[in-house]
Amino acid sequence: MTTLTDPPQGSFHLSMLINDTRYRSMTFQVIAFILLSLSVGYLYSNLAANLQAQGLRIDFSFLGAPAGYDINQRLIEYTSQSTNARAAIVGILNTLLVAFLACLMATVFGVFAGVLRLSNNWLVSKIMAFYVEIFRNIPVLIWILIIYGIMTVSMPGARPYLGENPEREMLFGMFAFTNRGVYSPAPIWGEGSMVVVAVFILSIIGTIGYRRYATNLLYKTGQLLPMGWPSLVILFVPTIAIFLLMGQPIGLDLPDPLANRFNLRGGIQIGAPLIAIWFALSIYTGAFIAENVRAGIQAVSRGQTEAASALGLRSGRVMSLVVLPQALRVIIPPLISQYLNITKNSSLAILVGYADVTATLGGITLNQTGRAIECVVLMMLFYLTISLLISAVMNVYNNSVKLKER
Amino acid sequence: MPMSDTHAHSVAFVRTEEVPTAPPPSNAAGPAKWVKDNLFATPLNGLLTLVALYFIYAILSSALPWIMGGIWQAPSLAACREILDGASAACFAVLSERWNQLLFGFQYPDDQYWRPGLAFILLFVAAAPVLFFDLPRKLLAFTAIYPFIAYYLLWGGTVFVPILAFVGIVGGFLVYQRLVAGSFAAGFFGGIIAAFVIWTIGGWLIPDNASANAALPAVPSRYMGGFMLNMMLGVTCVSLSVPIGIALALGRQSSMPLIKWICVVFIEFIRGVPLITLLFVANVMLAYFFPPGSGVDLFLRVVIMITMFSAAYIAEVIRGGLAALPKGQYEAADSLGLDYPQAMRLIILPQALKISIPGIVNVAVGLFKDTTLVSVISMFDMVGMIRGPILASTEWNGVYWELFGFAALLFFIVCYGISQYSQWLERRLATDHR
Repeated sequence: MTTLTDPPQGSFHLSMLINDTRYRSMTFQVIAFILLSLSVGYLYSNLAANLQAQGLRIDFSFLGAPAGYDINQRLIEYTSQSTNARAAIVGILNTLLVAFLACLMATVFGVFAGVLRLSNNWLVSKIMAFYVEIFRNIPVLIWILIIYGIMTVSMPGARPYLGENPEREMLFGMFAFTNRGVYSPAPIWGEGSMVVVAVFILSIIGTIGYRRYATNLLYKTGQLLPMGWPSLVILFVPTIAIFLLMGQPIGLDLPDPLANRFNLRGGIQIGAPLIAIWFALSIYTGAFIAENVRAGIQAVSRGQTEAASALGLRSGRVMSLVVLPQALRVIIPPLISQYLNITKNSSLAILVGYADVTATLGGITLNQTGRAIECVVLMMLFYLTISLLISAVMNVYNNSVKLKER
Repeated sequence: MPMSDTHAHSVAFVRTEEVPTAPPPSNAAGPAKWVKDNLFATPLNGLLTLVALYFIYAILSSALPWIMGGIWQAPSLAACREILDGASAACFAVLSERWNQLLFGFQYPDDQYWRPGLAFILLFVAAAPVLFFDLPRKLLAFTAIYPFIAYYLLWGGTVFVPILAFVGIVGGFLVYQRLVAGSFAAGFFGGIIAAFVIWTIGGWLIPDNASANAALPAVPSRYMGGFMLNMMLGVTCVSLSVPIGIALALGRQSSMPLIKWICVVFIEFIRGVPLITLLFVANVMLAYFFPPGSGVDLFLRVVIMITMFSAAYIAEVIRGGLAALPKGQYEAADSLGLDYPQAMRLIILPQALKISIPGIVNVAVGLFKDTTLVSVISMFDMVGMIRGPILASTEWNGVYWELFGFAALLFFIVCYGISQYSQWLERRLATDHR
């Protein structure tokens, strides 16, 4: 778009600042800059005046002071004597934990519901449409509270699981569902367990290598090697062999109904708040992902499927070689922004008392120290970093799957 | 010899009329065929159907008796349980008992409930000409004055404030219309300056004690609550954020680097943080940025933050609409000799906004759902009322499903309604004759 301007006539007039396209954009930017500086200055002077009136200063030293409160659900060592900074890190890890879990489960729900919604079965597709509409149109906050209610109001206490002859059996003797959360076995890493883990990682690499080799062989010579059972053998046999050879170094720490009169001990306790926020975010975001998946599959034109069948591919191959690669190009970008939404929505964990970063740094620490500005700014920085990281990943992915147009 | 005669001799029977179409076999038509095709096409499909049927049965068999047997009249949960006598059924009595609190919050004066009610009904009258184009355009005049009427009804106090606000806007608009022929910028800024001049002068004229014995008693914003608060926040913030979103989207596309970067930083910052942190800003931080002693109330601070939040999202939607327009439209506008504001107002924005409508409605629905987040910063919206005053009261401590079920239903009706409207509008606006 080029704009034709009259050749300059005579000397410079002041009105040319507005009317001449050569200067106009500069004029506007200068005006915008002045307005911006004025408003920033105004806000800053208000801030300074308000802080002075209350005798406060922007100061981050509170991060080094003892936090003085306990956190139940934590991934790293933490006591009430730890610093506020450590409390914030516990919160950050909890946020990442719940976001990760919810992303996994939301993807499962979403793919499941999205595929079934396209099912030929009228009843099934209507049920899935119902699921999507119900969950998309009700605030996630209400879902979190409802699921938290199911966890805390409808579940039994720990009592029935306790004692020699408990009223309730643990599921497989390992899992107990109570109103405080779910108790599950924890792995015990004995001596030499790292060897088993290392072997398992090597097996995974070996499986990938074998599959790649078989594919290459097929493309080059047309010789077809079996894929299914050799992969399974490579994946599991060496690990199990080493596990037995080393004398079973990895054990299970089961929840113990006899250790204590009031509660189960041992194993991993997944608290009710974590489960509530995890499920609520998964099932709510799953409804959105279902719509993305459906749109992605429908975006692949029918001719592609028909062409693939005409080439003689079996229906599984049609899906994996033709439809999915094209559908994924449509599905992945909105999927990643849904992951971003999950991460941001995990801040609602504060409602059910799950100690994520909003609850520790933005909640208790803020209230106890009164350092509102510092806490909120740090919290925003954290979320901003995560968002920018996820968008960066998305851009890399988008560039790699972009249709190569020549 | 005529042809018919030869036939008459050689063929025993000739049908002279067409055979009526026979009905299809009974297993290939009607409900039986539909069931076979849609529910039991393959064995796996049949299995799925059975599982789905069992699933529906399991839900309905437990939910229906619970709902149908619900008690609607009881003073408290204990009384309700007594009436139920061990049966498992709902205590909807909490809804009838606390109906006004759920809708209006617990502090809004009882005898003034008609005011938000009337404002709510008028909202439909005001929104109708915006939502449905077939209605007479003159109704838009009511839409224009609705914000002032609604403000007066909800907050009450002196009638001078909304009138002054209205006069200021009318004055600004008149100035804009006089100046816009010369240059859009002159008209725009002239209008804003005129409005501010009128407000400032009017502010001196209104007596300080004007709201002392007003026709409608003044109600402070902290008394607003319940579903009314969700509606107020949703409607105010969406309508404010659309124009701001348009400005941000245009700014982001601008060729002036400074303006472009201001908009990019603003949009990406807002989209990168959760709404709840912005509400924390409104709650504990924003007050620091106002002049000392100004005491801007929480409702206004929350409106500012939520508006910024949704404006950033709407800006991205509109940017998508702008990007989807063919380049030829921009070039056509240039070749007609239109300047930037004219091209935008007459050619680009009408088309870009049309493309963006579904996205804007999505943002609006999301925003309306997000207004429940204000309960986190101890404002008593619908969810805040349930979690706070109602569940914590001695009468209704422990009524869980009825209350949240009701809140969910209310939000579902509004959000589903809006999304159905948006789909209707999309079909309506489809002008590409496919």
